[in-house]
Amino acid sequence: MRELALHILDIAENSIAAEATRIRIAIEEDLQKDLLKIDIEDNGKGMDPETVAKVTDPFVTSRTTRKVGLGIPFFKAAAEACEGSLTIHSQSGKGTTVRVIFRHSHIDRMPLGDLVGTLMTLIIGTPEINWIFEHRVNDREFLFDDDPIKKTLDGVPLSEPAVMQYIRETLQAGMADVRQTTTPVSEK
Amino acid sequence: MSTVKSLDDLKKIREEALKKQQLKETSGKKEVIVGMGTVGIAAGARETLKAILETIEKDNLSDIVVRQTGNIGLDSFEPIVQVVLPGEEKVTYGRVTPEIARQIMAEHVVGGKIVEAYKIEG
Repeated sequence: MRELALHILDIAENSIAAEATRIRIAIEEDLQKDLLKIDIEDNGKGMDPETVAKVTDPFVTSRTTRKVGLGIPFFKAAAEACEGSLTIHSQSGKGTTVRVIFRHSHIDRMPLGDLVGTLMTLIIGTPEINWIFEHRVNDREFLFDDDPIKKTLDGVPLSEPAVMQYIRETLQAGMADVRQTTTPVSEK
Repeated sequence: MSTVKSLDDLKKIREEALKKQQLKETSGKKEVIVGMGTVGIAAGARETLKAILETIEKDNLSDIVVRQTGNIGLDSFEPIVQVVLPGEEKVTYGRVTPEIARQIMAEHVVGGKIVEAYKIEG
């Protein structure tokens, strides 16, 4: 996987498998500190410390018993190759937060990739989950919560073409706006 | 640059969708499921699902429920797409590229005819 957005999708799938009803994906780009931080936070069933240790180590995890993806060790290795880290905070019955940090300017850092594609997959494909997305770039932010959308729709499905278009355009516009800050003023 | 629509715009979209629903006496929802486990994602399942969503948007197809699910358990056939039409057996397709997904949408989901070439297991 050569896109952070694909890894985010993979981690979010673990949250879905953990029976979460609310999943928050937060991306923070701090160019001053040269950091890229990704949080995937859920209110699923959580893991005990032993399981947390297992899912981060590809050599301990057995293919047949594993319930969470083999994607975590790959994501961890990718972060560590960019002077970053992947940490899991989890509590049985409470939920799990996966935090991944990269050095923003590191030459080996994968691009964020198709975040809209990842979010559309999650939002449209699992409508029973409340999806929250936050993207911060320096002092700009884009906040998205699909709960008001679902309340407004009041039973009309998310896979209705005009609704999908509405969500897609909202995400695209929000992300384009938050990224405006990345262009230095001198390049105008 | 498109302007961000408000929730009021969404309310209008909702009214339109409800009108459309009343016009059509639907015999039930069509369901399209895409396997989104780690293997599926690595094999391109997100692009496959994206092609399905784009088809729905472009061709203005209502009454199709798109779902993504974890590992379906047929790793070597990823990306996997399953189609369930009302009153019919579930059909499983393997190695579904975005192109094949568009074909399945047109021929099976809309046209009602199974695309035998990409069907797997039974």
